[in-house]
Amino acid sequence: MKQITFNVNGKPVTVEAEPEKPLLWVLREDLGLTGAKYGCGMALCGCCTVHLNGDAIRSCVTPFSRVEGKSVTTIEGLSPDLSHPVQRAWLETQTPQCGYCQPGQMMSAACLLAQKANPTDADIDDAMSGNLCRCGTYSRIRKAIHRAAEIAASHRGRK
Amino acid sequence: MAQRIKLGLIGCLLCFVLLAAGGGSIGGYAQSHDAAGARAAFLEAYKVFAHPRCVNCHPAGDAPLQGDDGHPHAFRVRRGEDGRGVFAAKCSNCHQTQNQSGEHAAPGAPYPPEDREHLSEPRWHLPSSATPLTFEKRSPAQLCRQLLNRKQNGGLAPEQLVHHVSHDPLVLWGWNPGGGRSTPPLSHEDFVQKIREWVEKGCACPK
Repeated sequence: MKQITFNVNGKPVTVEAEPEKPLLWVLREDLGLTGAKYGCGMALCGCCTVHLNGDAIRSCVTPFSRVEGKSVTTIEGLSPDLSHPVQRAWLETQTPQCGYCQPGQMMSAACLLAQKANPTDADIDDAMSGNLCRCGTYSRIRKAIHRAAEIAASHRGRK
Repeated sequence: MAQRIKLGLIGCLLCFVLLAAGGGSIGGYAQSHDAAGARAAFLEAYKVFAHPRCVNCHPAGDAPLQGDDGHPHAFRVRRGEDGRGVFAAKCSNCHQTQNQSGEHAAPGAPYPPEDREHLSEPRWHLPSSATPLTFEKRSPAQLCRQLLNRKQNGGLAPEQLVHHVSHDPLVLWGWNPGGGRSTPPLSHEDFVQKIREWVEKGCACPK
């Protein structure tokens, strides 16, 4: 067991767990942040996607030891009030169906928009092809990402 | 004038002799001691370079490859400018510092132990888009010339190439790939020995 201090959604936390414990279970069991989901446990579906220092990682295979001194953002931390452009776009377009994959989808989308403000469909394919949806909401996800880009642009225009 | 022409011709003749003695090798290694021996050693080492464990991360295109059949990496993974992927599909988003257990699970490798800054970070990437260092579909002659070209090989001198293949964790991974993946036809020890032999005998390239 090891005590590791890191930042989660803007707050410093210290958790004691086995260094090899997947980050997903530290988030869900030790910190009660159940937004990230278990889908495959092998980095193949994307349900567990969270941000580590801004990069979209698969928390189901990321060892707890890797986050020491770093910043983790989960779906709960995208915004305090559902105001993040991705959250607003997902609500506006009513993207989720069963919803299980959607936290991971949204975290990957947020990562894409942080790096490319106005992504093309090819960019969306490159960024999102690793996030699977058994309900088949892919066309809604694409639409929501374009809408999120518009919302983010309007926020920037107002500043 | 005639003297200048004469000197010029002698210079050209000397260059020709030096190049001929070098057996077609480049990069300042024209004076090979054993060009035939160097070429033979490289041809043996080439069997490793041409193996999927190496080719898959030294592809000709913009995407890494997977499997012994060299199919494109799942999920539309791309090289990216720095060779570390793009957007939410960067290499180290899924690949960790060691192999994940299970068939088809993501393999992994660490940074060298002396790199304290990246101790817990995975080291999994392709060469950059500027210097892709392609192995896929390269003939032995093409690959040899590419490996000796410091503008393409990451600035490594031949002696540094020996160190790289001896110690780099990503190279070593090729012989510990996990998940039932095949390993190159030479042992790592034999591969390093062939690269060392190629360098020591003057780095001549196959024709």
